[in-house]
Amino acid sequence: MKKTEWDIEIASETSWFSFKLNEIWRYRDLVALLVKRDYIAKYKQTILGPLWHIIQPLLTTAMSFLLFNVVANIDTEGKNAILFQLAGITIWSYFATCLTSTANTFIANAGIFGKVYFPRMVMPVSVVISSFLQMAIQFVVLIAAIIVNIFINTEYHLSWNILLLPIVVTIMALLALGLGIIVSSLTTKYRDLAVLVTFGVQLLMFASAVNYPISTIANRLGTDSMIYKLVAYNPLSILVDTFRNIMLGGPIQYGMLAYTAGITVVVLMFGIMLFNKVEKSFMDTV
Amino acid sequence: MSRKIVIEATNVSKQYNLSKIGSGTIKDDMKRWWYKARGKEDPFLRIGETNDRSRKGNSNWVWALREINFNIEQGDVVGVIGRNGAGKSTLLKLLSRTTTPTTGTIKMKGRVASLLEVGTGFHPDLTGRENIFLNGAILGMTKKEITSKFDEIVAFSGVERYIDTPVKRYSSGMYVRLAFAVAAHLESEILIVDEVLAVGDAEFQKKAIGKMQDVSSGQGRTVLFVSHNMGSIQTLCNKGLLLKNGMIAANGLLMPVINEYVKDGNSDEQLIFEPADNPFLSHIQLTSSTALITTGNAITFNLELKQFTKDLVVHLGIYDFKDEKLFNLATDYFEDVIKSTSVKCIVPVNNLPEGNYYVNLLLKRAGQTLCHYSKCLVFKVVNGDFYHQNKLPELTPSKFFVQHEWQS
Repeated sequence: MKKTEWDIEIASETSWFSFKLNEIWRYRDLVALLVKRDYIAKYKQTILGPLWHIIQPLLTTAMSFLLFNVVANIDTEGKNAILFQLAGITIWSYFATCLTSTANTFIANAGIFGKVYFPRMVMPVSVVISSFLQMAIQFVVLIAAIIVNIFINTEYHLSWNILLLPIVVTIMALLALGLGIIVSSLTTKYRDLAVLVTFGVQLLMFASAVNYPISTIANRLGTDSMIYKLVAYNPLSILVDTFRNIMLGGPIQYGMLAYTAGITVVVLMFGIMLFNKVEKSFMDTV
Repeated sequence: MSRKIVIEATNVSKQYNLSKIGSGTIKDDMKRWWYKARGKEDPFLRIGETNDRSRKGNSNWVWALREINFNIEQGDVVGVIGRNGAGKSTLLKLLSRTTTPTTGTIKMKGRVASLLEVGTGFHPDLTGRENIFLNGAILGMTKKEITSKFDEIVAFSGVERYIDTPVKRYSSGMYVRLAFAVAAHLESEILIVDEVLAVGDAEFQKKAIGKMQDVSSGQGRTVLFVSHNMGSIQTLCNKGLLLKNGMIAANGLLMPVINEYVKDGNSDEQLIFEPADNPFLSHIQLTSSTALITTGNAITFNLELKQFTKDLVVHLGIYDFKDEKLFNLATDYFEDVIKSTSVKCIVPVNNLPEGNYYVNLLLKRAGQTLCHYSKCLVFKVVNGDFYHQNKLPELTPSKFFVQHEWQS
């Protein structure tokens, strides 16, 4: 008998720090195919197909505009109110889609996970990418609306800040991924969190400055109020606000952006650790 | 030639919690955590019980597998056998990495592909073509590999006509054909297969078994194959691994392992009959040239008499379970066959197809019935290579196989 070098070792205990990024890279074709699957499966047997990506934010924007700007008369820091809402909804819906879809990674894919091994992280990563495609379509709508606005109101705010855009979107994606895999890891055994997430995302939207600027709260309640702190230090409202300021013009708070990036790294690391720990034997508890 | 060990399992155990997840598990989790924090052994690992589904246990924790040790060499085709709930599926789950062992380690060499189910990840809305790529990728192939084998896969599946139709429009047979075709073209050093051959029509089963044989014999790959069909296990495997109540009951060359499995009491089968207080008959036993009674192989009825006279007549009536008499084996067809107390009746080629049969025994002397036993032997025939074509004949509802040849 020859001594053999083992390729795979299956044991009960695994270290907390095995990120296996190379393994995900090896399965990149699978990621691509899953993204494709999501896209095809979503619009099979619909008439409008991907147009729904455009209709949905437009209707939501119209509603938010009526509610927050016409009825409640919330100030938009001098930005066009419709664009303000559209921008906020575009970036927020990316976060919301990523979070809600990654949060049930284990439960939704239990059938596949129970039969075949592949790096489990492939699933949430593919969700984040396919949601990104969806966001990209909505982003085009936003650009179109901005261009229309340039013609109608001759307002023009494009600046070098646009270079920050990929960073903001990436942070948003990673934060959603991190939170999503934390929730998905915790829900394998106790399903309570999954229930929380579905309506929690809606509640979170109101705390994330999607329909109003952070400054409104400062003006109305003062910077010492609990609510202001809750919103101002919420990484999500910082990302939404920054995204809006990039697209529609406004000051970028680099310090707060760095703070958000820091939080994202921590959340993501924790999420990956937890996910790795859970993926090993979640089939027994799911 | 010394062959490499490609799978090595050391002290592998797997414990499952039978109680409902959700009630009381936080308490158990806390307890585990508390023991662990103090560096003590997990309290629940101690109270687990042996995996025996027929007995009611006291503990909610059960060992699906307990301290399994085995090595598998490269190129072996190992049939994993055992009764329902013996731990076969748990073992395959561990090997295919869908869960981890509670204790112990498994080491493997090479790429592992597992087929615990065909069509994993098939999406009903995607076309056959799209699903081939998706399923292939899930099973671990790269897009390049799938592209290079695409035509082969489609040809093997035999559903070319519908390759651009969403699979939800497929018949279930077509679905399975396509799914198995993808799996059959995996390029991995170790292939783990769970009873997926029990699908599809007879033509496809044959094809699938043929493909599996190619895989193991032609390409030096290692295959682990779980099945309850001893016919296909005998056709495919050269080694066996018998699990019983989560432990290894036998391991090694196939035949002894199957013998062990059969011996281990198939309660329906009765291959030996010893009547109490019969002045003539000691016992009657049915033996076979192979471990299982297989179509095409020889079977022998051994009678042990307590006394013999030349005019003794033995009748064996072979019935199927529709109580239809199929044939007689009788001494009065022949002259002077009983010459000692040991009487044998050899059927050189068993023509019976797969199924269950029973034997009635009648002893007569001088026109007088000495004794009559109904259903004294009950036996099961597994499908075998009756025509020596290296493949299993199709299962058709005929009563017999008949030896024949074609000429042209």
